[in-house]
Amino acid sequence: MAAVRVEAVLAAAEEQEAEKRRSITVEKELELEYDLGNLLAVDRNPPPAAALRGAGPRREALLRALARDNTQLLVSRLWELPAERAGGAGGPLVAQLPQPAFRLPREKPPPKPRPPTRWEQFARLKGIRRKKKTSLVWDEQAKEWRRRWGYRRAGGDPSRAWLAEVPAGADPEEDQFARLRREKRERVARNELNRLRNLARAHRAGSAVPAAPLHPTGHQDRDELRRVARVARVSTASLGRFQPRLPKEPAEPPSRSGGKKRRFEPLLGNLAAERSRQLELLRDMGSKKPVLDITRAVNKQLRQEEAEAAAANKGKKQSKRGKRGRRQQRPGRSGKKSGG
Amino acid sequence: SIYCYRKPKTKRAKRFLEKREPKLNENTKNAMLIKGGNANLTVTEVLKDIYAVKKPFAVLYKRKNITRPFEDQTSLEFFSKKSDCSLFLFGSHNKKRPNNLIIGRMFDYHVLDMIELGVEKFVSLKEIKNSKCPEGTKPMLIFAGDVFDVNEEYRRLKSLLIDFFRGPTVPNIRLAGLEYVLHFTAVDGKIYMRSYKVLLKKSGCKIPRIELEEMGPSLDLVMRRTHLASDDLYKLSMKQPKGLKPKKKKNISHDAFGTTYGRIHMQKQDLSKLQTRKVKGLKKRPAEKSAEDGGATPKKSKSA
Repeated sequence: MAAVRVEAVLAAAEEQEAEKRRSITVEKELELEYDLGNLLAVDRNPPPAAALRGAGPRREALLRALARDNTQLLVSRLWELPAERAGGAGGPLVAQLPQPAFRLPREKPPPKPRPPTRWEQFARLKGIRRKKKTSLVWDEQAKEWRRRWGYRRAGGDPSRAWLAEVPAGADPEEDQFARLRREKRERVARNELNRLRNLARAHRAGSAVPAAPLHPTGHQDRDELRRVARVARVSTASLGRFQPRLPKEPAEPPSRSGGKKRRFEPLLGNLAAERSRQLELLRDMGSKKPVLDITRAVNKQLRQEEAEAAAANKGKKQSKRGKRGRRQQRPGRSGKKSGG
Repeated sequence: SIYCYRKPKTKRAKRFLEKREPKLNENTKNAMLIKGGNANLTVTEVLKDIYAVKKPFAVLYKRKNITRPFEDQTSLEFFSKKSDCSLFLFGSHNKKRPNNLIIGRMFDYHVLDMIELGVEKFVSLKEIKNSKCPEGTKPMLIFAGDVFDVNEEYRRLKSLLIDFFRGPTVPNIRLAGLEYVLHFTAVDGKIYMRSYKVLLKKSGCKIPRIELEEMGPSLDLVMRRTHLASDDLYKLSMKQPKGLKPKKKKNISHDAFGTTYGRIHMQKQDLSKLQTRKVKGLKKRPAEKSAEDGGATPKKSKSA
């Protein structure tokens, strides 16, 4: 009797457990996709279209049931995240969210690192580093710590300076106060000019906009891009002679000198080559045979003309043209043997 | 740009400009809610309710602005630049397009995507009389319906809605504070947006049982026109700078099963001099030891 009762009790307890678990489990055909960083859940199951077509409270109830199921799943996932009590033992339970997974477009383009200013380049070259300066300086006259610059600075108020020494070798009639004021104005103007120049340089470097036909479209192949890059280089006032190359661009091959006639050899270079060239020239000048082989030139010309004619008459009465073409080709062929 | 030629003269101006400049980790997107030339009561109420949901990351323009976003986007872009808002919701009404809402977002102060939605039914916050959740609660977003993945326009709409209602990105969240959920169902060419207040009930185990109570604005929307960004502009806007990628820890690798493997680099060891645990059975007996020494110290034999 006791055994049966114990079994009954255990069965009842298990039934209760299952009941509890059932209250939070949700059956879905397709699993939801979760992005816990954004508190987002996506349900791919097609909703019951027919049921939702009818208007009114039934639709609302259906939507609400669907929402409840989906929210239950999402909250279960969120509750499974590693959580801790913030602010000691009695604080609220706080879960750590992962990074948001759903990719969204940015608000603004990512910041471009600005190119270094002229001073920064110089400092990097020389290895000059910033010296950390104290914000307060001891003023001997006022016997207290004063700012380095600004309101009540250490050197005394420059506008109330009542003495300006005439430096050695300067004109005694000159107004020193006016000179100091003028020099300050010039310094400020020069600083502003340099700042604007640095800005302009950065702006120019950041937005090098090529002309419309030279825009990279993403559908160009390598050769076309190389050609376009070459055109762009040469489109400067000095025809690209002083254009710096890109970091990984190979050096310009020497054929850039532009063909046979504009190739200038260095003056003191290959002595043997120069000697052989001059001797060859003399030999050609002295020989009786003409340099130009007339027969060969004529044959070449004829062949070229035939090729052009063939390309022009493509598709028109091929059979007839074939016979004629063959007849025409014969003198050319024999000419080839006689040449050289 | 021309604006950076002038240096800010006060610290406040400098902070203002720094807040607006492009950054690695961006600010939470602000939304501007604009009334069109002829906005009726429904549309005005919708804008006010959405403003209540999106506070403090929204600005509501109360005056009517006579513009047509689909024809001319310059005034929208001007507003966006002035108020530093990259999301907008423009409400208007006319006979051809009644109760019209144009939801959109900007990239670099130029219009990226714009989708026109028609409001067929609207139940506002005021009409449902119950307690609301506090302002600025981060909502949970749920999208139901396979249309949201199949159709390109619906996909962009989903991305837009997430962007709009997402709120600030936080590393931690108080589990008891998950009070607000926005549920979007796409069925039959309509999109049903419902907002519920979440009640967490005891369930016997650790995870609470959810009960929902209808709360906030509920909209029945139908998609009208769209103006989606071209593919390359969209790709450009999605580009994340390299600094945001999480730094890879060296010598740690993960398995498909979730096991973490670590790699330790050791110098070359002399295995004969390795110190192992002392096992008594392997201890060298005195006889063996003397054999090793080569009989240098012979054991003194006991005289019988």
